[in-house]
Amino acid sequence: MGRYIIHRLISMAITLFFIITITFFLMHAIPGGPFTREKPLPEAIIKALNEKYHLDDPIWKQYLDYWKDILRGDLGPSFQLANYTVNDLIAKGFPITARLGLASIIFTVLIGVPMGVISALRQGKWEDYTTMFIAALGVTIPSFVLATILIYLFGVVLRIFPVSSGSLTQPIQYVLPVIALSGYSLSFIARLMRSSMLDIIRQDYIRTARAKGLSELKVIYKHALKNAIIPVITYLGPLAAGLLTGSFVIERLFSIPGMGEYFVKSVGNRDYTMIMGSTIFYSVILVVMNFVVDIIYVLIDPRIKLTSSKEG
Amino acid sequence: METKIDASLFKPIEARTDNINEIARPSLTYWQDAWRRFKRNKPAMIGLITIITLILCAIFIPFFWPYDYADQIRGHESQTPSWQHPFGTDSLGRDLFIRVMYGARISLSIGLVASLINLTIGVLYGGISGYVGGRVDNIMMRIVDILYSVPLLLYVILFQVVLEKPIELAFESTFLRVFKGVGSDLILIYIVLGLVYWVDMARIVRGQVLSLKNQEFVLAAKAQGASAWRIIRKHLIPNAIGPIIVTVTLAIPSAIFTEAFLSFIGIGVSAPMASLGTLASDAYRGFRSYPYLLFFPAIFICITMIAFNLIGDGLRDALDPHMRK
Repeated sequence: MGRYIIHRLISMAITLFFIITITFFLMHAIPGGPFTREKPLPEAIIKALNEKYHLDDPIWKQYLDYWKDILRGDLGPSFQLANYTVNDLIAKGFPITARLGLASIIFTVLIGVPMGVISALRQGKWEDYTTMFIAALGVTIPSFVLATILIYLFGVVLRIFPVSSGSLTQPIQYVLPVIALSGYSLSFIARLMRSSMLDIIRQDYIRTARAKGLSELKVIYKHALKNAIIPVITYLGPLAAGLLTGSFVIERLFSIPGMGEYFVKSVGNRDYTMIMGSTIFYSVILVVMNFVVDIIYVLIDPRIKLTSSKEG
Repeated sequence: METKIDASLFKPIEARTDNINEIARPSLTYWQDAWRRFKRNKPAMIGLITIITLILCAIFIPFFWPYDYADQIRGHESQTPSWQHPFGTDSLGRDLFIRVMYGARISLSIGLVASLINLTIGVLYGGISGYVGGRVDNIMMRIVDILYSVPLLLYVILFQVVLEKPIELAFESTFLRVFKGVGSDLILIYIVLGLVYWVDMARIVRGQVLSLKNQEFVLAAKAQGASAWRIIRKHLIPNAIGPIIVTVTLAIPSAIFTEAFLSFIGIGVSAPMASLGTLASDAYRGFRSYPYLLFFPAIFICITMIAFNLIGDGLRDALDPHMRK
């Protein structure tokens, strides 16, 4: 286990190194630099700005400096919002995004897994058709369409839930954004769970458990579910990625001042340091998430052998 | 005791006059067989008919429709759906129906072109990795692993920002000027989506090549002196084509979706051209007063996505030899 963790840690470090390097050079490959405007700024100001942000240094020096800053956890100043650093914006926005994301993960798993289980156990019955129909819709309806439908129906027509969610201070503000954000992943998990459950309940050991005379609840809960849920756990990494990037749209639609909203704004403003910083920040979170999921996966499933992956 | 069996009890049966080696039913090629199975799959056929109808509408309706996508009809601003304007008009008096048709055209073209670029990169990358094998394969797959753990949408956005100016310049100054009519925005989306989402394709192609290249028929071809190129062309590609087609079909809706997503956050195709995502995004601002402006583009996005997904699922069942009984 120790060797496996070290192996994964090293590959994580390599991944992060490439992410930061590629992101850095991509952003510096943009012609014109960050201060190119429709109306050109005076020469002297550009020069002063370049000096202030060390943009007149040779590129390798900027690259090394950027690494130094990153290792200290400093993502640099924002080019467009004066007096703000990228860290400030992340510190302001990310807690809100994280709360929304966490609520969505919980919602996704709590609803998606039972949906899949029910539909597998009632295969070919109306429960199966209903849940799979909902899941098929959820996979194909884009989140922004779902969000607008929800806002229109529950916010404008029925007035049950607030139209804009603000900084998510009250539970009721979570309802619509969480549903809109989780629509896709929930349906995906329901389908995943269904097929894995269908596979498991045909196994011999389930028949054995039934033959022993265990109650149906115990068979499903203790024997089937435990094995069937493993594919869902592997999906948690991509799920987190989907929810984080999905929140770009959801935060905008529900006017939630989260990190997604800042990121989208920074793309619109061509705020290069902010784009670069957020990309790196998101990537780090997701790569670490994937790492944690991999470890959990190995801990849960004893069948996975802990060999270093030589066979590629 | 011995029973005597008279030899005269035995008679030779009449020789069959018909040719027993003849195959009574017409033999089906792989494609005919796949098509037969695909036809029986109702949802997949519905998907196929929907997409064909949509493509035909998107191509031909703009030739017949009395308005153009940029026409601002005075006095017809913000109309609800009517006979004259089936989908209504927007606040500038532009006919929404024709805008949705153009939007479908743009979105479909994005789906197709981006998936073709994916296909090319993915097949080359996965094919080389699988066929060469060994250390090359190891390094190439490590790179794919890295790309896999990265949130690709972020890099789509990043490329979008980085390549915006170079592509605009390239279409003004170089021989590429001839394509300028397409719009550098649109080309940018094609290239960015094509450049980023090939990872799945590469993995699938590599898996197929790896499992095929050690099989006996490849060995037999090698023994007969077939060149590597002939083996790839005649043996590997035809056998791996099923999963590749399925992946492409499923990549189309996800490219369309990604573009709509990008347009919705304001970095997609820009005015006066509008993809379905841009239309939905524009309509969002006023959707409490004019919900139909959002409804029509949104419903077209959903229909396209559902139809392509149905076709993809149907193709998977039809082309996968493991499903044969």
